[in-house]
Formats: sequence, C-alpha cells, structure tokens
Amino acid sequence: MDAGARRLRDFAMHYVIIGAGPAGVTAAEAIRQGDPGGAISLIGDEPEAPYSRMAIPYLLTGQIDEAGTHLRPAVDHYARLGIDTLSGCRVTNIDPLGHQLSLDDGRRRGFDRLLIATGSHPSRPPIDGLDLPGVHHCWTLDDARRIAALAKPGAKVVLMGAGFVGTIVLEALARRRVALTVVEMGDRMVPRMMDDIAGTMLKRWCESRGVAVRTSTRIVGIDAQAPSLGVRLEGGETLPADLVVVSTGVRPNLDFLAGSGIATAEGVLVDDHLQTNMPGIYAAGDVCQSADMVSGAAEVHAIQPTAAEHGRVAAANMVGNDLPFIGSLNMNVLDTLGLVSTSFGHWQGNGGSSVRHQDGWRYLRLEFDHAEDRLIGAQTVGLTEHVGVLRGLIQSKRRLGPWKDILMSHPEQFMQGYVATVGV
Amino acid sequence: MSWTGKFLRVNLTEGTVKSEALNREWARLYLGQRGLASKYLAEEIDPRVDPLSPDNKIIFTTGPLTGTNASTAGRYSVVTKGPLTGCIACSNSGGMFGAELKNAGWDMIIFEGRAAKPVYFHVENDRAELRDAQPFWGKTVWETDAGLKAHHQDPMLRVATIGASGENGVLFACIVNDLHRAAGRSGVGAVMGSKNLKAVAVRGSKGVRVKDPVRFLKSVAEQKQVLADNAVTSQGLPTYGTQVLMNVINEVGALPTRNFQDVQFDGARRISAEAMREPRRSDGKANLVTNAACFGCTIACGRISQIDPGHYTIVNRPEYRHASGGLEYEAAWALGAATGVDDLEALTFANFLCNEHAIDPISFGATVAAAMELYELGAITSKETGGIILTFGSAEALTALAELTGKAQGFGRDIGLGSKRLCAKYGHPDLSMTVKGQEFPAYDPRGIQGMGLSYATSNRGACHLRGYTVASEIMGTPVKTDPLVTDGKAALVKAFQDATAAFDSAGICIFTSFAWTLENVAPQLDAACEGEWTADYLLEVGERIWNLERQFNLAAGMTAKDDTLPKRLLKEAAKTGPAKGLASGLATMLPEYYAQRGWSAAGVPTAETLKRLALA
Amino acid sequence: MQKALLITPQLCTGCRQCEMACSYEKEGVFNPARSRIRVFDFHAEARFVPYTCTQCDQAWCKSACPVDAIQIDFATGAKVVYENRCVGCKVCTIACPFGTVNYNADTGKVVKCDLCGGDPACAKACPTRAITYVDAEQTGYDKMRVWAMKTDTAHQAQA
Repeated sequence: MDAGARRLRDFAMHYVIIGAGPAGVTAAEAIRQGDPGGAISLIGDEPEAPYSRMAIPYLLTGQIDEAGTHLRPAVDHYARLGIDTLSGCRVTNIDPLGHQLSLDDGRRRGFDRLLIATGSHPSRPPIDGLDLPGVHHCWTLDDARRIAALAKPGAKVVLMGAGFVGTIVLEALARRRVALTVVEMGDRMVPRMMDDIAGTMLKRWCESRGVAVRTSTRIVGIDAQAPSLGVRLEGGETLPADLVVVSTGVRPNLDFLAGSGIATAEGVLVDDHLQTNMPGIYAAGDVCQSADMVSGAAEVHAIQPTAAEHGRVAAANMVGNDLPFIGSLNMNVLDTLGLVSTSFGHWQGNGGSSVRHQDGWRYLRLEFDHAEDRLIGAQTVGLTEHVGVLRGLIQSKRRLGPWKDILMSHPEQFMQGYVATVGV
Repeated sequence: MSWTGKFLRVNLTEGTVKSEALNREWARLYLGQRGLASKYLAEEIDPRVDPLSPDNKIIFTTGPLTGTNASTAGRYSVVTKGPLTGCIACSNSGGMFGAELKNAGWDMIIFEGRAAKPVYFHVENDRAELRDAQPFWGKTVWETDAGLKAHHQDPMLRVATIGASGENGVLFACIVNDLHRAAGRSGVGAVMGSKNLKAVAVRGSKGVRVKDPVRFLKSVAEQKQVLADNAVTSQGLPTYGTQVLMNVINEVGALPTRNFQDVQFDGARRISAEAMREPRRSDGKANLVTNAACFGCTIACGRISQIDPGHYTIVNRPEYRHASGGLEYEAAWALGAATGVDDLEALTFANFLCNEHAIDPISFGATVAAAMELYELGAITSKETGGIILTFGSAEALTALAELTGKAQGFGRDIGLGSKRLCAKYGHPDLSMTVKGQEFPAYDPRGIQGMGLSYATSNRGACHLRGYTVASEIMGTPVKTDPLVTDGKAALVKAFQDATAAFDSAGICIFTSFAWTLENVAPQLDAACEGEWTADYLLEVGERIWNLERQFNLAAGMTAKDDTLPKRLLKEAAKTGPAKGLASGLATMLPEYYAQRGWSAAGVPTAETLKRLALA
Repeated sequence: MQKALLITPQLCTGCRQCEMACSYEKEGVFNPARSRIRVFDFHAEARFVPYTCTQCDQAWCKSACPVDAIQIDFATGAKVVYENRCVGCKVCTIACPFGTVNYNADTGKVVKCDLCGGDPACAKACPTRAITYVDAEQTGYDKMRVWAMKTDTAHQAQA
C-alpha cells in the first residue's frame, strides 16, 4: 500500500453496523452506495451468513434449503461490496463518546458512525420447564433445525402462543403433518394483529383443518413426562407433547446498551433521521422505536418492510445526506393454511367512521380518520388482490372525497377508490 | 380446447349442482353457444312446455372462442323456450360475463326446475352454489349488481341478473349483465323470474386454452387487422355506434314510425348518432361521453351517455346523473321513431330505465307504440293508463311507462304483456307489429324487402339478428342488393341466417360480420378448437342449427301460418321515401325460401334435408 | 435509452386485450384474473383506467423481500420476481403501495409486471394505443412519475 492510499484509508469513514438482519444488511448496502470509499463492518451474533427469519417457516416445510433463507443469495455478495462481515460476534458494550465498542471475545472496535440494528429476541414467559429438551423457540436457524428434528408426521406438538410469529410457525408445523395444538392466552388468534372477527375466523379455519386451537387458555408449566413432555394448563389439564414451540412475542435486544447513555424506552429512541440521542449513532429495525406514520407516536414495528426502510434511511443519513424518515406503518400479512389475512396501520380506528364486512371466509375492515376523509387502517381476510393499496391509501394520506362514502358502503372497491383518486 | 369440456347442471327444485361432461359429438355438430345449447334444450325439454313452468329450462352458454383474445370473443347466450313467442329463444349478450364464465371453467350452465324461494347462483371456479336471494328480490339490476359485489367482497364479480320485471312475468323482461349489456329478446328474464332465479354471479381465474396457440395468435392478429382495415368496424361503429344507421335508414324510407304507420320519421336527425355527439344547448356537453368495448372487442361500438342534468326526467333525481349505457340504434328507434318521440334525453333516460329494470327496449318501445295507436283510436283510455296521456310523441308517457313496466306496476303490467297480447286485449290484434309474438326491430320490411322474409321466418319471432340482410341491401356487405326488390332475397336470407347461426355459436359478436365472413372465422376456430373447422363446414353447422330450431318450433305448435307479417306491412304501402307505394312482397319470397331450405310447402324440413344435416 | 409504459386512459375502451395478452405471455393461457395489468372500469364516470406497476424508483417490493427474490433488470429497469427464490411470504404484496404485486395461490408465488423483458405484450395488444411503450424521457414519462409519486410520500416530503 503506497502512502497516498494509506492516507486515503486513514481519512475514510468507518461505519459499524451491529446486527446482520434485513435492517443491517440493507443499511450496509446503502452506505456502500452513498460512500464508495468508506469502511463498513457488519457484525452478527449468529454463525451463518445473514439470513431472513421470515424464511424459516419455508425452510421447515422443506420448500427451501438453508441457502434459500439467505438475505442475499450470492456467496461473495458482501466481499464484492467491500463489507467486512463478522459473524458469531456479540457486542457487549458501547462507548458512545469514545466511539468504541466491545465484543464478547474481548476485542474492541472503533467507529465513526454506528448503526444499532440488533433486532429482537423471543420473550420467555414466566413458567417452569422452558429449558427442558424438546422445548424450543422458533427464531433462529438453529431453532429451526431442532424443531425440524422433532416435528415428524404424527408427532404431538403444542404451540404456545398464536401471535403473528406463532401463527406463521403454525402453518409450517401443520404442513409437516404433526398433531398440533395451539394454546393462546388471548380470546382469539393473532390478538394484536387482528380484531375479534378476523381472529375468530382464523381460529375456525384452523380448526376446520385439523388444528386444535385453545384460546383464552394459559400454560402454567411444562413437565418432563416420560417419554416426552406434559404441558400443564391453567385449570389442571395436561397436554402430552413431543415438542413444545414457544412463541409468546419478541422484545428488542437492548440489554447491552444499559449504562451507555443511549436513550431507550421500549426500543432505542430515535429522532426523525433515525439518529439516537448520541450523535453519529443510529438505530434501525426491530430494535428501533421510531415514529408511527399515522399517529406520529414512537413505536416499535418489528416487521421486515420497516426494517428495510429504516436501514435505507439510516444509511442515507449516516453518509451525510438529509433524509427524514416519514414514519413506519405497522402491517402484516399471514397465510394460515391457505387463508391469507392482512392488517394495516390503525385498524382499531381512532373514533372515525368504520366499516366491517364479512361473508364466509372473506372479511374486510376499513377505518377512516376521525377528522379527515382518509384511511388510517384496514384488515382483510381471504382477499389478496391489490391489498398493497391499503398501505398506499394510508401512507399517502390521500383525501378520499366522495370515495369515502362509496367505500363505507362498498369497502370491496378499495382498489377502485385508489385508482380513481390517483388522478390519471 | 377451446371448450372447457364441462358444464354445470343446476336443479333449482332440488337445490342440487353438478358438473357434467360436455357432449363432444354435439359440439362437433353444433359448435357451441347458440347451436349447442339449442341442441341440449331440444333434447331435454318437451317443446310444448309452458315457458314459465318448472318444466322449461334455461341455459347460459358460451362459445368456443369466448374468453380467448379473438376480437369480440366475450359473448354468451341465454337459450330457453321464450314466453313472448312460444318459440325457442336465444338471446346473445356481450359485456364481461361470458368470458368470466368461461374463465371459471364452464362452457354452460343449465338451470332446471323452480326454486322454492328466491336464489342466486354463485360460481367461483370449481365452487358453485345456490344462495339465498331474498335480500335482492325486488331490487333493480343496478342494486343487485352492486349488492352482490359487496356481499362477496369482490368488485370483479360479473353479474347477470333480472329486475322486478322478470320476477313479475313481464313477457319481454331481459337479463342484464355488467349493468347495461343484455340478453335482450324474447322474455328470457321472465323465465329466470319464473324459476325464482334472481341472478348468476361469476368469478373465474382458470384461464382459457386453445389447441394451437401459435397458429391461433397469428390468425387472431390477422383477423383483427381485417377489422381495423374496414371502415365500418374501425371508424363507423366506434365513432357513431350502431346509431350510425338512424339517418341512413330514415333516408332509405325504412324507419318504421308511429307503430309502422309511416316509414320515415321527421325527428330522426334529433335522435341520431350525430345528435348524440353534438354539445347540448343546455349544458354544453354532448349526450355521448365515450365509446366502450365489450370483452375482447377491438371495435368498441358501445355508447356511454350522460343525461342532461337539467332535463325534466332527472332534474329531481340526482341518482341518474351518472354515465351509463346509452342509446344503440334499435333502442333509439323503438323508444323514439316507433313512438314518435324525438327527445334524445328522454330516450336516453328510458334506455337507462330499461337497463336498470331489465326490460328489452325494442319490445318495450314497440309495445308502447302500439298502445299509443290504441289510445289514439280510443281503445285504451286514460282510465286504463292511470292518467297517462298516451299520444304519439309524448316523451312523458314514454319515460313514465318505462318505469312502470320495469317495476311491473300499474299500466306497465299491460305494456308488459307485449304488443301482441296488448292489442288482442284491447280488441285490435292487427295493430300488433309482431311476428310469432315478438315485436319488430328498426327496419321496415317495405323499404328493405329482404328483412320482411327474414322477420317472417326468424326462429325467435321478429328479429334483425337472425338474418341481417340490411348489410347487403343497404350497406353492400358482402355484396350490394336492391332493397326494394324481392328477387334473390330467399337465397340471401338463407345465407345470412345460416352464417349468423354459426357466428352466434362461436363466441364472437355478429358485428364482426360487417368485415368478416365465415372465411375469417374459420381459421380462428380451427386453431382454437379440436376438430377441423372450415368455412364450408361452419355454414353447414349454421344450417343444421337453423333447422334444429325450426323443428323445435314446429314441435311447439308453430306452422307455416306463423311465418308471416302483420297485415299492415303486407297491405298498406309505404307513404313516402324510396319505397313509396310498396308493401312487403313476402308472398312471393316465402315459397322460394322454403324451396331453398329444402322444406315442404308447409314449411317442414323434408326427410332428405334432415338426413343431409344429420338431424334425422 | 430506458423505456416506460405510458398509459392514456382517455383512449381506453375497456376491451381487456391487454389483460389477455399479459396473461397469455406470462401464464400461457387467456386469463385476465392473472394479468399483471388490470383495467379498472369507472362506469359512472365513463372512464377506463389500465393500471400496472410503474417500476418505481423506490422499489418497495424489492426492499421488503426477505430473500432477495425481486431484482432489477438493468436493461429495462423493471423490478422482476425470480420465482425460484420467491417463498411466497407475500410481504411485497402489502409493501407495494400501488397494489401491483399480487399473490398467485396456484403457484404459491407472487407476480408483478416485468415489462416482458422490454417488449411488453399489453402495449402490443392494445387496439387504441391507450398503452404504449415509449422512451422514458418523453413527456409521457413525467406523467408516469407524477402518477407514481402520488403515493410516494418520501418524494412528497422532499418536494
């Protein structure tokens, strides 16, 4: 290396990204685009190449192999972009003022710009037996391998929690033809994503396809019960199980920030450029608590599109651009044994007009703002055509004019309402 | 290919739905749609059944090209025994419904029996079920269409439905699909109503396949180019619609006026295509908003109109201020010239009402025209009409009766009998301008002689769409003939009738025949369908279909005596125009026609004819 | 030079030849329900609007994909779904604010317009030139961009 090149390297910005999920990877790529000469380090605490948790259910069903879960298929993707990947490394501590971080192997690293994209982890319900063999979360590739080994056709499987992640896992387990029982504390499936009508539809659909669904039911403990496990329910009943999959929600990975001075609440708090209270330090993805698009309140939206959007916006600001974050929209799509459901934004409404329409296995709910003629939230079950415009209508804050009344009596015309108000 | 090879049989009495394999041999002999469904109907019902009894059946049927990208290939037909005529009825419609049914994987639906309570039939690919129509009974076409889409949460649902008219036995009730396309004639809507079948709602996503895709795409592209190169199909129809004919037919003295008392209408220009395009004085906007296509149609003759918001008809009815299906020539004539009404906006409103309530505007307008003549004669008085002053030229009477007839209320119930029964009821059967009980369309057989024979011999009663010799006699397609002579018309009518039967069985629109002959249709069918399809064979299929329909009608009780025209057209000469002094020369044409057809002097197909056509 | 689909709704008669051409090109059958381009019929306003993916710069679908199954075709600028990588998670169908990525339950994959590799079948099939494929720098492209930006609040925020 000649002197000129060395000097260039010395002046090059060093970007460090903690977390090799969608937010981190998207940010790394966007930084490379914005700063061709910068040094980029991508630190992940799992041994595999960066992969997508969203793809794990498809791995469990055999639809893809492990390589199919990788966020970027090309083996040399990161090397080609000059992104230095550190896998199997956990960051234990950050010194924001000293621009240093510590790794679990004792090494320390300096940074000029830091992105916290550490994602989330499955929460552990306060019950006994979670550490028994045969009890697993379904979160990492390693979890998936263990579940795959136990979820043989006919095996008795209890799924603890029918939230969003749980219900995705449900799909994969059911396709493996296990004898499945789902136990959910709430009064319906996916209680935080779906209203009572939709959540109950999903439950009935699952039951009609041979999955036992126990809602309003609490698991109080898991016992080793030769030859397998016993899942104790509140009220005394015990369900035999060869495998228990625990899916009771996720929490942002924040613990390592304790004492760093970086402000956190539910997640890492950020400003409208996704910067934390510490200059040069940004947050993105499941760990980031940013503005909700509709209400403006700071919220954690642990979903893939928000992670990617966070990564893109944070990267732009880290390389010195001025790109405000327009807020994220909470949304989900779920395929439950062939019944597709979605939720968008403030589907609970904010006191404005609301329409719900159900027929058979189809359901549509639209929520309009209490003050303006615009959409703020929606849910669908059994509809897949053009559902993206429900995001478009909410995100664009488009004034609906006469279409609000039309949609109140004909909610199924949401795509027409969208195209009509595009103004082409 | 390109039949799906299966159809649905729905027994309304039992509430059962089953899938059956299509009879491939019949498909080879009758092609599809009109021909094939007529074969099924003829095989399955006694031609003498009461059309409104559970013993009648009603068939929704597509053609082999329906749902492909051949131009205009979105047609379907409704085949049943018609209550207006007592003949076999086959009403053809465009819009989107037919292609949707094909895309759902079905060539036809046969409905039989009668449901105990109002039902509608919902088809979504392989899922097909009868559902409760109680909430939609009594509702208009437009309400039912919107209601079913909302109910099934599917804005792409295609709905064919009846209104209160069909529910209440208006004898020219039709079936409207896609809000303003109609299986219009012979009272097929009344048959649906008699079965307590409110609507058929279809959604399909299975796709339509053809035998030889490469050859098919090439052939379709070539034939589309033929339409694009033809002045009528590329300019006249898209710009003016069928309404391009209003001034033309008036000039040749063949525009039946005031119940066929005259052959020219002094108000023709005011209700013509040209008038529809002119800015109105009142609001500066034209009646015509745009043209529109049915499924797959590269012609796009459909009219979309908007009524003058200040017009008396809708000034206090804002719910009619939107655009919808506007006047086609036959409707403009029946609602206008036939009744002597020259108020374009009133005609458009009456046309909206016909669509909204699913009544055939031709039969409705023609029946109102007869009623006006009866009123002027004093045979009908204001007592019967409920105070409506029913004189020729009254737009108010026309629009009031369109609503009453559509809703089957008041004097509308009398109008709903159709012209033949109305004139008989009021003591003047000769004033009914009908053949076999069905009202004439818009061409006076005194001014266009071939049409007289075509009407008299039409298998579904008076109709322009069974043998449109106007194309030859007025427009010179495919060869020009003199409209005022009878010579050669027997052969011309037969040729048009047979070719039309083939067009109507293929899944395409008869309007292509302004540019296409069977030579243009055959290569598309041959590439799409199993078997070999030549123009000659298609003509044979057409002739077979014609004779099958004829046999059905003969078995239903028709005789040669029914192959006639009203006395007025046979005896009273045209008073003005090129045909002045002429009555219809049917008597000279009919025997020659029977001979051309290989029928006896009594109008019955001979044994040789039946054998030649594989009908015996 | 890159090209774009230019939609002129005033010329559309609603014939659906584009939908048939698209479904035939992509699925080998005439099946409007599987078309990547859709004609919306505003009956009461006498308006037909063909509508499909604008290949927007933002590429919401692409960034939402967890397995990198949506890629940019650099020849055309189209965002293309690679079926062999798509796992059918449908996240792109909710992420695309234009509603132009749809799920096909028969294949378990998502589908969207890919400009047919630079020779779009819909434009060739349109009998009235309501759909044309034109140089992106023609004025028409500005229209398309305006159209795209109507929901693209990132652009709005910067504007």
